[in-house]
Amino acid sequence: MLKIKDLHVSYGGIRALRGVDLEVPDGKIVTLIGANGAGKSTLLRTISGLVKADSGSITYNDNELLGKPINKVLEEGIAQVPEGRRVFADLTVLENLKVGAYLRKDKAEIEKDIQWVYSLFPRLEERHWQLAGTLSGGEQQMLAVGRALMSRPKVLMMDEPSLGLAPLVVQGIFDIIRTINQQGVTVLLIEQNANMALKIADLAYVLETGVITKTGTGAELLADESIKEAYLGKKKK
Amino acid sequence: MHEASYYIQLLLSGITVGSLYALIAIGYTMVYGILRLINFAHGDIFMMAGFFMVYLCTGMSPLVALPLVLIMTVILGVLIERAAYKPLRTAPRMSVMISAIGVSYLLQNLATYVTGGLARAYPEIPGLKNTIQLGSVSVNWITIITPVLTILLVVVLVLLINHTKIGMAMRAVSRDFETAQLMGIKINNVISVTFIIGSFLAAVASVLYFTNYGQVSPMIGAMPGLKAFVAAVFGGIGSIPGAVIGAYIIGVCESFIKANETFSVFSNAFTFALLICVLLFRPNGLFGEKMTEKV
Ligand SMILES: Nc1ncnc2c1ncn2[C@@H]1O[C@H](COP(=O)(O)OP(=O)(O)OP(=O)(O)O)[C@@H](O)[C@H]1O
Ligand SMILES: [Mg+2]
Repeated sequence: MLKIKDLHVSYGGIRALRGVDLEVPDGKIVTLIGANGAGKSTLLRTISGLVKADSGSITYNDNELLGKPINKVLEEGIAQVPEGRRVFADLTVLENLKVGAYLRKDKAEIEKDIQWVYSLFPRLEERHWQLAGTLSGGEQQMLAVGRALMSRPKVLMMDEPSLGLAPLVVQGIFDIIRTINQQGVTVLLIEQNANMALKIADLAYVLETGVITKTGTGAELLADESIKEAYLGKKKK
Repeated sequence: MHEASYYIQLLLSGITVGSLYALIAIGYTMVYGILRLINFAHGDIFMMAGFFMVYLCTGMSPLVALPLVLIMTVILGVLIERAAYKPLRTAPRMSVMISAIGVSYLLQNLATYVTGGLARAYPEIPGLKNTIQLGSVSVNWITIITPVLTILLVVVLVLLINHTKIGMAMRAVSRDFETAQLMGIKINNVISVTFIIGSFLAAVASVLYFTNYGQVSPMIGAMPGLKAFVAAVFGGIGSIPGAVIGAYIIGVCESFIKANETFSVFSNAFTFALLICVLLFRPNGLFGEKMTEKV
């Protein structure tokens, strides 16, 4: 289980996270929703080690992650699909996948996992030779997810994977999230698309200006009046 | 009117000079590609490599000193990165540039202090200066070895970057520091490798250059360094093929201009005029990536 306790993070004087508590039980899909600037990306970036925390703790199976270098967090099995896809534009699709497996040395297993990612995203196999920068937005998102899977994560954290994608493609991404989860990967999903996120989530948190204001099962929050009003009412894109 | 052999001779010497600029330019362009830093100290690393050879040869034969020079230069390059650039990793880029200028002067002053500011004769490596006759053109071995070795090293480097794991990591880091880290790439290692390669090539260039030139002095790194830097910008800084082609163009043009009695004094000015012209029409250089600011 990934456990975050009383986490405080600030940028200069700006306090982005002000005592966040959050748990991601193994095997579940956990979603974190919140408005722009609530601190969602900051949380993921802190877990990965890209941002230093002021105080608090982040443990995975009781191992403290705070203060560990970024590659060690990945070695613990926690991978991130960053906000805005961030594929390596001038590497090919295949190379992007290989970079995802950078820390691994088991060549044969890596080869198997490439096939696994291809089976999840047949489009990537068709385009394995193409430079990632020339892929469509949806394909880049698939690649970003596939690349993160190449590290064989136990926990996959995704930062707004549906951002800027057409509804049909978004549906595809959510289907994949469910599939990946069924194959044993724990998912921590950040979304502005609260409706869809809450529908697939086992557990959901609402983050508002750096504090968790609500938590419950996906279904509970879907039915919650204040959530309906703030996040589901008008179809915000 | 001159004979054909005269022009061939000029061309050959241009190619030789161009090769040396290319070897140095790769160091500039790779470091820029990864760190977006113009390593102003690079020309001085080249100069230091020259002095390493001079001082090592007081106690051993040049052939034994040669590998040591390569190793010491590589260590110097990596140490400079660790001491002067790494602590400023998150500082604004201008601070790192200023640090680089500081290192450049430090090395020059250090060399001046140790040598008393005097030029030192560069040890002769046996055989390298012998000349051979190719038809009507007579050339020395340096002229032949320099381009061949350069092309060979460039090919190896390109293969390394395109087909090895560390090469892939370098390309990923040069594109996106942060995401590369998320993939588990230790950027400090990648940066060290970049400085190792750059310093190694500068050391190779120093041996070839000073063997031809005959002496080393504390400020000697400045001009070749600057020309190589221009070559890197000319070819599109960040691009290795760009730096190599830019270096050859500059080397050959320079060789022809230097041969012209009226214009020879302007040969350095010419280099910069050429740069300005290219940048007017192609702001990113011949092969430059679109200057996307680093995220
Ligand atoms: N590098 C930074 N330097 C300074 N402030 C930052 C930095 N990154 C984020 N912030 C600030 O921290 C707060 C939280 O930002 P964060 O990116 O975590 O929000 P978010 O919930 O992911 O928003 P969005 O939905 O728009 O992606 C914001 O007020 C933001 O301006
Ligand atoms: Mg965000």
